[in-house]
Amino acid sequence: MTQKKVNAIEVKNVTKVYRSSNTETRALRNANLTIYDNEFFTLLGPSGCGKTTLLRLIAGFEDITEGSINLFDQEIVNLPPNKRPVNTVFQQYSLFPHLDVYENVAFGLRRLKKDESLTKKRTMEVLELVQMKDYATRKPNQLSGGQQQRVALARALAPEPKVLLLDEPLSALDLKLRQAMRYELKTLQRETGITFVFVTHDQEEALTMSDRIAVINEGEIQQIGEPEQIYESPSNKFVANFIGEANFLYGFCKTNGENGLCELYTGHSINLSVPSHIKQNDKVTIFIRPERIKIVKSSKDKSQLSISEFTYLGNAATIQLKSNEQIINVNLPIEDLKVFKKGDYVDIEFPKGSAQVID
Amino acid sequence: MNIQGENKTQNRIYSLLPLWIVVGIFMIGPLLVMAVVSLMESNVYGGVHFKFSLSGYRQILFDTNLFDEIEFNPAYLIIIGRSFMLALVATFISLLIGFPAAYFISRQSNRVKNILIFLVTIPFWTNLLIRTFAWIIILGKGGVIESSFNFFGLLDEESSLNLMYTNSAILIGLVYSYLPLMVLPIYASMEKMDLRLLEAATDLYSNRIELIRKIILPLSMPGIIGGSILVFVPCLGAFIAPDLLGGGKKLLLGSLIQFQFSYARNWPFGAAMAMFLLALVILVLIFNARLNRKHREYASQK
Repeated sequence: MTQKKVNAIEVKNVTKVYRSSNTETRALRNANLTIYDNEFFTLLGPSGCGKTTLLRLIAGFEDITEGSINLFDQEIVNLPPNKRPVNTVFQQYSLFPHLDVYENVAFGLRRLKKDESLTKKRTMEVLELVQMKDYATRKPNQLSGGQQQRVALARALAPEPKVLLLDEPLSALDLKLRQAMRYELKTLQRETGITFVFVTHDQEEALTMSDRIAVINEGEIQQIGEPEQIYESPSNKFVANFIGEANFLYGFCKTNGENGLCELYTGHSINLSVPSHIKQNDKVTIFIRPERIKIVKSSKDKSQLSISEFTYLGNAATIQLKSNEQIINVNLPIEDLKVFKKGDYVDIEFPKGSAQVID
Repeated sequence: MNIQGENKTQNRIYSLLPLWIVVGIFMIGPLLVMAVVSLMESNVYGGVHFKFSLSGYRQILFDTNLFDEIEFNPAYLIIIGRSFMLALVATFISLLIGFPAAYFISRQSNRVKNILIFLVTIPFWTNLLIRTFAWIIILGKGGVIESSFNFFGLLDEESSLNLMYTNSAILIGLVYSYLPLMVLPIYASMEKMDLRLLEAATDLYSNRIELIRKIILPLSMPGIIGGSILVFVPCLGAFIAPDLLGGGKKLLLGSLIQFQFSYARNWPFGAAMAMFLLALVILVLIFNARLNRKHREYASQK
């Protein structure tokens, strides 16, 4: 993107501490991030990592302990939730059970005192958008989970919020529906042009839908970047492990710098860039994705690596290599399925640029 | 294998027999006695003549004058109307106090909640009569309120606020007596309410008042209706508060009925009034059931 990016949300040095009578829980520690306008931004992390807390701070349901949050350059920390031009799609949808679908969706517009014809027009418009127009007179308890989800989405979109906050909205749906909704959400975001802030613990969801992802763990932001960036070059062990599969190979550094050299305990040498703070003979952890490792046939006297597990997956296979204390997972492409079997001695190769020193 | 034996229906009837006996003796029996008494002739020395008569019911609306002519007498209708109005107002005031109280309690932490609910039920532990007497001490001449007014110089020693023996005094007594019956059902329905709905409503630009009007009030409606019935029905037949705090100057339905049995020795008339009261209550309940059904239909129309 070449055009200048507009900051939709700026989170600056935000800390959130929950205090109860005798304990103090630090849910967020000094979080900083910027979400651009028109962006599909995902907060990704394991449960209890603070991602929902951050979302609730933006929505205004929680009081901030320290720091500030700006919405389009306006400080919003001191505004109550009903004064913030953001809307939330809740995890359990939280539709109003005593109101029908139409009234649920019109709820926000009515509170904003829009006139009746505008309310009606906009309500039908968003119901159309989520394909729930035919259900306008139903009560929430007469809808399936997926339908409730759509209504919740319509309800949050109706008042045309500047930012839409989504708190694990797909987690209550079954797998097929969840996958279908991913595309719908992404399409919806592109069509409406509204900034989406999406909270999830599902890395696949995050990778398929997001423009950018912030990985959060234990109240701290680990990495912010585009899905590719996060997957290909994770900034630390946690990110590498949490997103996709990861191998951590142990060894020591022989030369550092751009064209560094490391030797693994398995006896292999890898050419890769080694950060300058790692000195010669320092221990290193090298990260590589299972699908990037190439394996070739070998024999017992040449290699100490043997296939200890072979898991057939239909369109591929995963194998586990064992050598002394090191376990290496490798994804086997479909054309190699017949070539290898359990117990074979093999050798491994690391294509250039596939491995990375992570620790 | 059929453990219950061949005849399940019979078993069910027999096993419920003790219940039927209890319900029959303690609930239906007295009602039937009352119904029979209401259809008898009165005996001036108490009790009844066992002779069928509708005079008890006739007396509610008509009176026999000096010339033995039957003429319309609105006195009792006025009493009924007054009782109805007082019960209605008492219910409304109880709602005004009980709703926020229940809301407040439901928003506390679990520990505080339990303590507060416990406090709400404490008045039931002592006799209503004694508790109502306490109000005489509070409201009466030289009572707690007047002496504190005196103390702060808002009232001179000679004059009185005349709080006792008024409709307001009766209302205070009624509201005091039955307020817990309003708080408890409303609390129960608020307790069940999903607090995330309040968050959702706030997120959708509701201010405090809209939150109450659009979300909390409709969702606690079952509790409000239940509590209102629990307060309204006993208020309609109450006689302790009206007698003690109202001084019996203005008769109410409950006092009137009690009076017929104790002093006036007109049992059939008292019984007829009681049956009339029962009919009123049943009407209110039917009205409520209709309302509830409509509410349910509305809630689950397919």
